[in-house]
Amino acid sequence: MTTDTLEAAREITLVRGDSPWRQAWRRLGQRPAALVGLAVILFFVGIALAAPLVSPYDPIATDWLAVRKAPSLRHLFGTDEIGRDVLSRVIWGTRASLLAGLVSVSIALALGMPLGLVSGYQGGIVDGVAMRMIDAMLAIPFLILAIALAAFLGPNLTNAMIAIGVSQMPVFARLTRAQVLAAKHEDYVEAARALGNPDRRILLRHILPNISAPILVQATLAIAAAIIAEASLSFLGLGQQPPAPSWGSMLNTAKNFLSQAPWMAVWPGLAIFSLVLSFNLLGDGLRDALDPRRG
Amino acid sequence: MTTFLARRLALVLPTLFFVSLLIFGLQQLLPGDPALALAGEDRDPSVVAYLQQKYHLDEPLPMRYLLWARGVLAGDLGESIRIKRPVLDLVVEKLPVTGELAAFAILIALSIGVPMGVLSAVNHGTVVDYAATMTALWGLSIPNFWLGILLILLFSVTLGLLPASGFVSRAESLSHNLATLAMPAFVLGNAIAAAMMRHTRSAMLGVLSADYVRTAGAKGLDETRVVLHHALRNALVPVITLAALDFGALLSGAVLTEQVFTIPGFGKLIVDAVFNRDYAVVQGVVLCTALAYIVLNLLADIAYVLVNPRLRG
Repeated sequence: MTTDTLEAAREITLVRGDSPWRQAWRRLGQRPAALVGLAVILFFVGIALAAPLVSPYDPIATDWLAVRKAPSLRHLFGTDEIGRDVLSRVIWGTRASLLAGLVSVSIALALGMPLGLVSGYQGGIVDGVAMRMIDAMLAIPFLILAIALAAFLGPNLTNAMIAIGVSQMPVFARLTRAQVLAAKHEDYVEAARALGNPDRRILLRHILPNISAPILVQATLAIAAAIIAEASLSFLGLGQQPPAPSWGSMLNTAKNFLSQAPWMAVWPGLAIFSLVLSFNLLGDGLRDALDPRRG
Repeated sequence: MTTFLARRLALVLPTLFFVSLLIFGLQQLLPGDPALALAGEDRDPSVVAYLQQKYHLDEPLPMRYLLWARGVLAGDLGESIRIKRPVLDLVVEKLPVTGELAAFAILIALSIGVPMGVLSAVNHGTVVDYAATMTALWGLSIPNFWLGILLILLFSVTLGLLPASGFVSRAESLSHNLATLAMPAFVLGNAIAAAMMRHTRSAMLGVLSADYVRTAGAKGLDETRVVLHHALRNALVPVITLAALDFGALLSGAVLTEQVFTIPGFGKLIVDAVFNRDYAVVQGVVLCTALAYIVLNLLADIAYVLVNPRLRG
C-alpha cells in the first residue's frame, strides 16, 4: 500500500469518525452553561436512584417530638408539620419529578411523533384533519388542559403523567410534521423512494433519523415543562397524593406554615428550580450545538 | 385581505369543532355512570335523575354530543352542581378579576421584558447580553407558585408590607386593590417577561442588522435615537403579536397564582370546581379559555397582516 493510499484511508476514517452527532457533542462541550446543566441533571438522577441509600430518614415517618423543627445537624433541611424530615422528602421527591418528566415526554413523543410523521408525509385530508385536531388541543392552555384531564381521570401521579403527556403531544406532532414537510422532498428521500422502499421504511429508516435533532432539543425542553407541570398539579392536589413525597405537594403544605416554618417552602422549590433550570440550560445548549448556524 | 380573512376563518371553524369534541369527550373519561360522577359527593338520587335527563344519558353518544353542542351554541354551558348557578354566569362574574390581574401582569412583563430584550440585543455577545439571557432563563425556570410563596415570605411575613392573600376590588378601595394585586401580578408577569425578553431580543437582532438601521447610523444619528425610533418601533410589531400567543401561559399561570394568593378569579374557579367534582364548571372554563385563545390568535394574525402590507396578498 502506498503512502498516498494510507493517507487517503486515514482521511476517510477521520471524516467518517466526525459524524454530525460527534460534532454536536464537541460543540456542546464548548458550552459551560449546558455542561453545568447536564452535571446537575446527572446529580439529581444519582440522588433519585440512590434515594434509599442517601436519605437520612424514612420520608413518610412522622415524629411528633420533632414537629416543625428548624434546620439543624439532626435534620439538615428541618422537619415539616408532622415531624417528617424535609431532606428525606426532597430526596424521595426527586423520583416523582424525574419520573413525571421522563414518562410524560415519552407519552407525548409516542403519540405526537407518529401523528406528525404520517400527517406530514401523507398530506391531503389526513394532514388537514390531524392538524385541526392539533390546533384544537393547542387552543387550550397546556396547564388548563392537564388540570381538566387530571380532574376527569382522577388525582394521582400516573394520571398526572398521562395528562401532561397528552397535553404536550400537539407540540411534538407539529414539530415532527414541519420537519417531515421539509425533509420529504430531499434527494435522499427521493432516492429511497426510487429504490422502491415502502413508505413505512422511508419514514422510519430515512426521514426519522434525519429529523431527530430538533425533536431531541424539544424533548429536553419539554422535560423541564413537564417537571414544572407535575409540581403544579401536585401543588394543586392533582398529582402525587400524600403521604408520598412530591416537591409540589410539599410546597402546597408549606404555604400554610410560612410564618412558623419557612424552611418547608425553601428546599422543595429550590429543587424544582435547579432541575428545571438545568434542563433548560441543556436544551438551549443542545439547540446551539445541533444547529451550527446558531452557534 | 378579504381572501386572507376568509381562509383564516375557514381554519377556525374545524378547530372549534374539534375543541367542542375534546371538551365533550372529557366527560366520557369519567369512570362509571357519568350522572353519578357529575352529581358530586352527595349523589342525591333526584340530582342523578335530573342529570340523566339533562345530559340525555340514555341517548346514544353522537346524539348526546349534538344536544350538548346545541346547548353551548345557545349559551348554555350547564349548571354548577355546588353553587346551583349557570356556568356562564360564574365565568362572566370571575372574568373581570382575572382580567385585571392579567392586565397588570402584562404591563409588568412589557416594562421588564422589552427593555431587557433591547439592552441584550444592542449589547449582543457582551456580558450584558449574557446576564439578560440568563435572567430570562431564570424567569422561565422558576415555578410561579414558588416565586409567589417566596414573595409572601419576604413582603408579608417578614416585612409586613403587603397582604399575603385576598382581593379587594377597585370600587371598594383603589389602594387596597393595588396592594392585593402587586405580588400576584409580578409573579404572573415574571414568566411572560422572560418570554417577551427573548422575543424582543431576537426581533431586535434581526432589525439592527437591517439596511435602514445601518443607514440611519451612517447618517450620524444618535445611537439611542436609532435604537428607539428606528429599530424598536419595527421590532415591536412581531413582539406584540407574539404576546397574544403568551395568553395561554398567562391563563395557566393565573390558575396557580390565584391559588397561592387566594384571588377569586377564573383560575380559582376551575381549581375549586375540580375539588368539588363540579365537572360542568371545569368543562365551561376550558371551553371559554379555548374560545378566548382562538379569538385572540385570530385578532393577532389580522393585526400582523394589517401592519405588514407585504403579507396582505
